Amino acid sequence: MELTIALSIGVLFGSGIWLILRPRSFQVITGLLLLSYAVNLFIFITGRLSVNKPPLIVQGELIDPSQYADPLPQALVLTAIVIGFATTALYLVVLLGSRGLTGTDHVDGKERDSAE
Amino acid sequence: MMYLNPHLMMLPILLPLLAGAVMVFINERHHRLKFLINLFSTAVMLLTAIQLLMQAESGLWPADMAVYLAANWSAPFGIVLVADRLAAVMLLLTATLGTATLVFSYSRWSKTGVHFHTLFQLLLMGINGAILTADLFNLFVFFEVMLAASYGLLLHGYNISRIRAGMQYIVVNLVASLFFLIGIALVYAATGTLNFADLALKIATLDSTDRFILQTGAAILAVAFLTKSAMWPLGFWLPVTYSAACAPIAAMLVLLTKVGVYVILRLWWLLFSEHAGASAGFGGSVLLCGGLLTLAFGAIGLLASQEPRRIASFSAVISSGTLLALIGYGDAALLSSALFYLISSTLAVAAFIMLTELTDRIYTPAASVLALSMEAFAVEEDTQQSAGVVIPAAMAFLGLAFAACALIMAGLPPLSGFVAKFSILHGLLDSSAVHAPLWIRWLMLALLLVAGLSAIIALMRFGVRTFWTLYNSVPLRLHPTEALPILAILLLGVSMVFIAGPLFNLLDRVSTDLQQTPAYIERVLQHPVVTTQEGL
Repeated sequence: MELTIALSIGVLFGSGIWLILRPRSFQVITGLLLLSYAVNLFIFITGRLSVNKPPLIVQGELIDPSQYADPLPQALVLTAIVIGFATTALYLVVLLGSRGLTGTDHVDGKERDSAE
Repeated sequence: MMYLNPHLMMLPILLPLLAGAVMVFINERHHRLKFLINLFSTAVMLLTAIQLLMQAESGLWPADMAVYLAANWSAPFGIVLVADRLAAVMLLLTATLGTATLVFSYSRWSKTGVHFHTLFQLLLMGINGAILTADLFNLFVFFEVMLAASYGLLLHGYNISRIRAGMQYIVVNLVASLFFLIGIALVYAATGTLNFADLALKIATLDSTDRFILQTGAAILAVAFLTKSAMWPLGFWLPVTYSAACAPIAAMLVLLTKVGVYVILRLWWLLFSEHAGASAGFGGSVLLCGGLLTLAFGAIGLLASQEPRRIASFSAVISSGTLLALIGYGDAALLSSALFYLISSTLAVAAFIMLTELTDRIYTPAASVLALSMEAFAVEEDTQQSAGVVIPAAMAFLGLAFAACALIMAGLPPLSGFVAKFSILHGLLDSSAVHAPLWIRWLMLALLLVAGLSAIIALMRFGVRTFWTLYNSVPLRLHPTEALPILAILLLGVSMVFIAGPLFNLLDRVSTDLQQTPAYIERVLQHPVVTTQEGL
């Protein structure tokens, strides 16, 4: 399981980094999305990987912490997803605005001279 | 006022949130009402900041620090806000600059486009929150609030140059935010906590594996903060962004870079102090070298700048570089000079940016740099709209204000810039610290002087071209609300010279606070939860 998770995070990061270095704004936003998936998974695994362990405990009982999953990374990841989603949506609006005003989807707002 | 005391420090966060939310529902036709709500909220923030500073100075708070446990959860588990002298000084700077830029925006920018006032309040909320928080993840949330508001404000008055700058600014900051999250995850993986005080406590006891993870996390976090504070080579977004944003917003963006510097100052000084065991002083040389490189980059960039906004941008870069180098230098004796410089340079650059908007009117519209960016405006921008009564001798005002800005930015006597630079140079020469080799000290001295020289050259060139031109045929009209904030900021710059003694005493106490790591840890972690009605 460790290997699968590590590989998937690595692949997501790799593709994300490659995409945000591309000149088209749509590629950039896709790259940002992939990167934020990778980061969210990464935060999630900082609570250590475990199967069949609940993050919630019953109030007032003494518990054995090793039988429970760390709830904090899960809470963090939830917040990170929401914030990442909102800011990416905001970028999408700017992207559309840029496409409308400049007539091109290049991130610089104009095509490179050599390409024309 | 007394019974509000425990909750007073929530005000700089809750009030702008509330004011911003209320103003969403008010139609743009009532822009005067919106402006008044905004002004009221910002003025209350100003008073709160003064009150917090006075309380921190009064000695009523244990360890001169107020701790606020949100939802009454004790320190490492719940959300903690901490107000100490440094936070109060930063809040005061934010509120001062906020009030000035808001008044400045009244005659023109707050009427152009929608939701200016809401976004402005949310920006202030983000900045205030980032200053007050004592928890890494909350810092992230407040940073995002601040950044999201700044995206919207940067695009305010929607034109091609703003949208081009906005695309880059947003992508750079989104990637920096991802770095921020990775850093948080690594720090949490290594220590199991995100509370500043708890982190500072646990760092000393980490074994070598966990220490490696923590230091990796801290380095990645630093990338996020240094992008914000525009360290070379992470600060290439800055000149483009500052040139594109409308004047009052660009002035607020100057403050945003200083929030990055503030976070580095606070975290680095707390986490990697001498009490941090094997991690003590981690990354100091990176901050020092990065700061010096930024300083050099800013000085060269300034020489190459013709447009006023680029001059302002590179001045902000120089100021960031100076501050980062001083933080990384690691001599506590230099901290108060650095903070004095922070206040003085932030105010001066912000005033200069607002001034550039007014000097643009000296040119006939065709000759203006503005004309370049005026093409294909989505929003109709009419310079005449802001023209109010003609202030007699408006040109004289602009000329004198420009001279004052230039003196502060270049660090020439007799204004506050000189006091700041003199005390930095004096501190460097006087410094008995052995953190850095001697040649670094001389290099820093030389770079500071060269940066000052290039500021003089760039500003003089701009001044001569702007104020000593012959083709000044357009009668210049200023609105009082545009002249007043600039005047107020510059008067602050003048009065900082007269109150330099008491101010330095205060900043000395700030830097003493920063060195009291064990006291900070104890104060935050031992803060009792409220058990009865006493705190309500």
